[in-house]
Amino acid sequence: MNTAVLRTEFRLFRREPAAVFWMFLFPTLLLAILGAIPAFREADASMGGLRPIDAYVPVAVLIALLMCGAQSLPQVLTGYRERGILRRMSATPVRPVALLAAQMTVQGGVALASALLALLVGRLVFGVRLPEQPGGYLLALLLAAAASLALGSVLSALSRTTKIAGAIGSAVFFPMMFCAGVWLPVQNMPHTLARVVGFTPFGAAAEALGQAAAGHWPGSEHLGVLALWAVLLTAGAARWFRWE
Amino acid sequence: MPSVIEVTDLRKSYGGRPVVDGVSFAVEEGEIFGILGPNGAGKTTTVECVEGLRVPDGGRIRVAGLDPVADHAEVARSLGAQLQQSEIQAKLTVREALELYAAFYPRPADWRPLAERLGLTDRLGTRFGKLSGGQRQRLFIALALIGGPRIVVLDELTTGLDPRARRDTWQLIEDVRASGVTVLLVTHFMEEAQRLCDRIAVIDKGRVAALDTPAGLIRRSAGATVISFTPSAPLDERELAALPALASVGRQNGRLTLSGTDETVDAVLTLLARHRVTAHQLRVVDATLDDAFLDLTMEATA
Repeated sequence: MNTAVLRTEFRLFRREPAAVFWMFLFPTLLLAILGAIPAFREADASMGGLRPIDAYVPVAVLIALLMCGAQSLPQVLTGYRERGILRRMSATPVRPVALLAAQMTVQGGVALASALLALLVGRLVFGVRLPEQPGGYLLALLLAAAASLALGSVLSALSRTTKIAGAIGSAVFFPMMFCAGVWLPVQNMPHTLARVVGFTPFGAAAEALGQAAAGHWPGSEHLGVLALWAVLLTAGAARWFRWE
Repeated sequence: MPSVIEVTDLRKSYGGRPVVDGVSFAVEEGEIFGILGPNGAGKTTTVECVEGLRVPDGGRIRVAGLDPVADHAEVARSLGAQLQQSEIQAKLTVREALELYAAFYPRPADWRPLAERLGLTDRLGTRFGKLSGGQRQRLFIALALIGGPRIVVLDELTTGLDPRARRDTWQLIEDVRASGVTVLLVTHFMEEAQRLCDRIAVIDKGRVAALDTPAGLIRRSAGATVISFTPSAPLDERELAALPALASVGRQNGRLTLSGTDETVDAVLTLLARHRVTAHQLRVVDATLDDAFLDLTMEATA
């Protein structure tokens, strides 16, 4: 990892107000809006005594990763290739892979910081308990981040232009939002639907985070699904990514 | 002493179509070596192979004795490149770009005098996306030189520059060479090649059509002397065609342009005197590299 490139990419990220808003602030903002609805703060028997706001914290945590993997990363990487920025980097002693690594570090880092912000606001403003199984929570979060970054790279590999990346990204984004539980937390989904959703990366991540939040070690099937997605998507990105 | 850049029988095809088809040349330390050719002749592909950006299908390239693909990092440390069709991040400022690229090299040049020299000092805080075409081009030249390279490869150096910036850039390249740097220059500006290059390889259809000094190229082309005039009366076609050492005849708005040698000039004057035809606005000039170039690349077409 080239630190000069990393510093530069972080600086450039801060110059994108849209990315800063959607990845860093929006998930917590959504949580705050939902938490402002009184019904979301009342215990729900169908959720095992959890309040809807408790179930939405893991969802908010995942939204930043989704924004990163389906929207932001494919756009940036495809743009870097389309405009010859990777090519220019190839003519220096620093390989263009340094630029990809820096982008992933910055975006992954921001998404995790955004998750932390959602956890803190949930705790301080709405009294949502911090994950009771922090190790399992962190593991699930890191696996989800890996799957998300790999997803972003695959989408960029499959998109010749930033326009295509935008279109594919949106097509992937909304189903993934559903799987992550934005409209209906996974815990509330009918059993069969929940099982199907559990095989998608963000469905599995939502299940794993929910379990860890409640104090259990995340189920190995969920962690396994996440890890498998991360490996498959990484392999796909390595296979299909073109430098120009 | 071995050459700084050696290209031997380089071959590269795209989709079965040969773009570079057996190109060989050697660039000596401290010279400005030009690669001249029509669009699509394979110039850019050739230098991209030298830069290690493309893997040749065949042939051998050595840059300071190293293979630009296998020893990429080491070659890139001593070779600065200005590429066609490349950009840097749109929201990076000129200063940040210079500092970032300087950080890539073990012994970078000081970017301040370089920026000054290229007229970028009052643009240091401007983002790349807001620069004009000429400013971008000057920034790319600065980035090619920032690593303190031993060799610099410039592809279409002055495209997009206004005449003044072009002349300033030529002076800069001459100064760079004077400091001992070897320059490989791809161009389609004859004036640029004639002014800067010690030697030129003319590439056409993926092959080296000629390799010589600019003066040598002009001398060896068929029409080294150009004579033009407006005759007071029409001249006989056959008599014109029979002129000795004639390379070409052109007519435009009653004006005749003949190219050939000094012998052709003498014969034209005799012909005019014999028919008592006056030659208005008579001009006899040496051919330029332009003429030599057209002559060389046309030969290959025929």
